[in-house]
Amino acid sequence: MSAVFPPSRGVFDEMLLDVDTPRASYRSYHDWLANVAEQELRSKRHEAELLFQRVGITFAVYGEEEGAERLIPFDFVPRIISAEEWQFIETGLCQRVAALNAFLKDIYSEQAIIKAGIVPADNVMCNAQYQVAMQGIHLFRDIYAHIAGIDLVRHSDGNYYVLEDNLRVPSGVSYMLENRKMMMRLFPALFAEHHIAPVDHYPNLLLKTLRESSPVDNPTVVVLTPGRYNSAYFEHAFLAREMGVELVEGQDLFIKQNRLYMRTTTGPRIVDVIYRRLDDAFLDPLAFRSDSMLGVPGLLSVYREGNVILANAIGTGVADDKSMYPHVPDMIRFYLKQEPILHNVPTWCLRNEEDFAYVNEHLHELVVKEVHGAGGYGMLVGPAATREEIEAFRQVIQKNPGNYIAQPTLSLSTCPTLVDEGIAPRHIDLRPFVLSGRETRIVPGGLTRVALKKGSLVVNSSQGGGTKDTWVMLKDTKTETASC
Amino acid sequence: MLSRTASDLYWLSRYLERAENTARMLEASHSIAMMPAGGSAIQELAAPLRVTGTVAEFWREHSRLNFAELYKFLAWHPDHHASIYYCFRRARENAHAVRGRITAEMWETVNTTWLDLNRMRSSPPDLKPFCDWVKERSHLWRGTAYGTLARGDAFHFLRLGTFLERADNSARMLCVKQLDANNEANILRDYYHWTALLQALGALEAHQDVYRDKLDASTVAELLILRSDAPRSLRACLEEINTILMNIRGTQGRRAKGAARTLLSQLEFGSISELQKEGLAVFLERFLQTINNVGDEIQQSYLAAI
Repeated sequence: MSAVFPPSRGVFDEMLLDVDTPRASYRSYHDWLANVAEQELRSKRHEAELLFQRVGITFAVYGEEEGAERLIPFDFVPRIISAEEWQFIETGLCQRVAALNAFLKDIYSEQAIIKAGIVPADNVMCNAQYQVAMQGIHLFRDIYAHIAGIDLVRHSDGNYYVLEDNLRVPSGVSYMLENRKMMMRLFPALFAEHHIAPVDHYPNLLLKTLRESSPVDNPTVVVLTPGRYNSAYFEHAFLAREMGVELVEGQDLFIKQNRLYMRTTTGPRIVDVIYRRLDDAFLDPLAFRSDSMLGVPGLLSVYREGNVILANAIGTGVADDKSMYPHVPDMIRFYLKQEPILHNVPTWCLRNEEDFAYVNEHLHELVVKEVHGAGGYGMLVGPAATREEIEAFRQVIQKNPGNYIAQPTLSLSTCPTLVDEGIAPRHIDLRPFVLSGRETRIVPGGLTRVALKKGSLVVNSSQGGGTKDTWVMLKDTKTETASC
Repeated sequence: MLSRTASDLYWLSRYLERAENTARMLEASHSIAMMPAGGSAIQELAAPLRVTGTVAEFWREHSRLNFAELYKFLAWHPDHHASIYYCFRRARENAHAVRGRITAEMWETVNTTWLDLNRMRSSPPDLKPFCDWVKERSHLWRGTAYGTLARGDAFHFLRLGTFLERADNSARMLCVKQLDANNEANILRDYYHWTALLQALGALEAHQDVYRDKLDASTVAELLILRSDAPRSLRACLEEINTILMNIRGTQGRRAKGAARTLLSQLEFGSISELQKEGLAVFLERFLQTINNVGDEIQQSYLAAI
């Protein structure tokens, strides 16, 4: 039996109440784990690595030598969520995404929330992600973020909090799907014993959502990728294949008489919906970055005409911006007249004088992030930083306070993970994927990311994070998909 | 399907076919060069370079022509278009680009080939085991394609690439051998000369089946140009190309279809004595030009992103 390390004090461990006592949702799995030899676990892990490599589930890391590909480490101790807990999360997610979509519709039309004084005008209008070209455009079903990835963490109080919204090009769902496939291959017995909600139908739901985003009957859907050298290319190809739609690059598309076409072996074919895995800035060299080779010249005008749907819409970045994050609970109250079910992490906005003063005093206790940063870069983790690092950062934030927000160091929950010493707790988060079409659909669970280094809170794959399979247990009468 | 996808599939196949043909050629040259044959050993060694059009490139980087150097150049060189290593690299890149269009088994085959090839690179095996490995990987690829891929356009463009490349390679090999034969007068040398060619084109058994113990310049040429018994003969390739073009959906490619049909007719209704009167080398040069023409038309009609 493997050495199992106890959970740290003051940290919520997903599996263990203490070293001998598993939580209810993990009871059966814990029994199984207790009876498996460590050697077998390690050989299973090796098998998984070989399989992942053979199948090519890799991602390219920017800045490494040309063509370098890496496997995202996969840990097979699952993160288990009870049916009741998931029900709660699901309802909270639906609510939050509905409010975000309502916000996006509002700021590109009447701007009622600004007029009501709830969100400052400059926060919206001066936001680099705000796309003036979207003002006054009517989108079918008023959906802007068709695909949303909402990052959740569980704090030591046992509650889930929203860490971040991702409304532009959220990624990671292919790892969720491949991890499940891998788990079923490595541990078929576990799936026989446990009633775990399936996730494999995600591509199906995604296609349905994309088709529902267009008023056209039987629309042609494509996935637009920047190409093979993009770090998430595997996912683009994977989803296109699973949905049975074409994977296109900008060069495959052209515009004629304000309609969008793709070049095929049987001649040009109309495109109705683009699931675009490109940032706004690269979509159209005539409208945005003129040096972009990845987009289609003239795409914006076809989009404004309503002759093509983009999922997600242009200009969603203003809503998942860290400076907008503190206002999301207000959005839920304003648009839905409801109290938020899922809460934000307490956040200080350094653009605010009072908040800046507080943060300046408490830098050593807080996590300070760039408003426009991504992937864990350019941030300060106070408690883990040296005095020099803190002082250096103090200088940086003074120069541009509006660029930063701060949050208390979260005590992210941990989940047992197979490491060199045995099975030890490592910090995790959760990214469920919320699909908005004629109805809102969420596949149970999502991607669990794990920080593989002991004590580390950084789960990003580009900085040494790994992933786990997420198990949402089935209740007897529970249906597989949610409608809210 | 997307023109770019069709192009990637087509070239994926061409590179894999090229790798296999290079391996076969290397093997055949190897066995013939070991024969006691005096001065023409060098000529035999140089033949694969002439077939692949890489003579100048070889001499830019090597100062001697012997088997070790030839093997290094044609099997392991990372950059020139006829090296097996280069072909497998491009094939894998293309397969990566069209992952959505090939089955998981097909992708894993190409990817595993690439991974294993790189593992071998630091201490390469001997030529014969290496060529066996290349052929084996090629058979596996073909098997997964035939066994698992739906018979749609992806399948057709893959097969089209195979047969265009095969026709081109076979014609080049025949051409070089023919030019050599024109300068030869040794009967014993002849025998080994022709069996080496048959071996390189995987047609030795087919020749025995059709012609029994009779073996000369005419029987070999007839089999490899005009008959469809041997899978690598020019006629067999053209028959496949024509069938495939008929199966591709849509009305593009009228000119490619026309060119391919014309070329096939020449082979169907030609006779070996007529070709010999014209001069086989001349015929083969012309064939090469025409098959490249067919390739260009295919490019224009289906593959170009214009």
